[in-house]
Amino acid sequence: MARIKVQTEDFEIGAELAAMTAGRTDIGGIGCFVGLVRDNAVVGASVVAMTLEHYPGMTERAIAQIAEAAELRWALLGCTVIHRVGRLVAGDNIVLVLAAAAHRQAALDATAFLIDWLKTKAPFWKREEFSDGSGTWVEAKAADESAAARW
Amino acid sequence: MSKPITLLYFAWLRERIGTSEESLALPDGVATVAALVRFLAARGPGYAAAFQNRNTVRCAVNQAFADPQAPLQPGDEVAFFPPVTGG
Repeated sequence: MARIKVQTEDFEIGAELAAMTAGRTDIGGIGCFVGLVRDNAVVGASVVAMTLEHYPGMTERAIAQIAEAAELRWALLGCTVIHRVGRLVAGDNIVLVLAAAAHRQAALDATAFLIDWLKTKAPFWKREEFSDGSGTWVEAKAADESAAARW
Repeated sequence: MSKPITLLYFAWLRERIGTSEESLALPDGVATVAALVRFLAARGPGYAAAFQNRNTVRCAVNQAFADPQAPLQPGDEVAFFPPVTGG
């Protein structure tokens, strides 16, 4: 059963790792991915913040379905997905994915799978704010679709 | 009188249409997502702008991704949004 949260507040990576391993000795490895707001500077303007919009209700369902798909493919001993929403500034955490397994390959592959599918199958939208005051909705990338399709 | 459908719009579709949510009695002859898009696109300039490029609009019916051929029923929650960009 995956631990899934959609929240405005930041997450504490150490606390999430501790919660995943508390009271158990069967976990051999944990894969971890942290996504951050990157100042992806374009000509003349840099990204100062981004606002993440989502579809309450569907978001949690979609992430749960992605986690279930991961649990069918790998023998996971734990799975955590925390995705932030609202306005975030450059350098802020956006998303945390943890996948625990007996061995590293399952943990690392499941982590990559979870973030690849999250990027293309969970209803979140990013709006970037630039230093010159302008803003734009981030467009979906074909590379994200092909990354999700490789699984 | 059958139950209306709930329409939800996200990201730039919400901005172009000017609302995030509305209720609509399913019009006669509108039985699929594709037919609903055609109906909405003819409702006004904001809607026309939102549905101008159908390839960039995704749909969910009752919180599950739906393709243009997906059937619609009274009471459905139908959401339109751009391709997702989370993570």
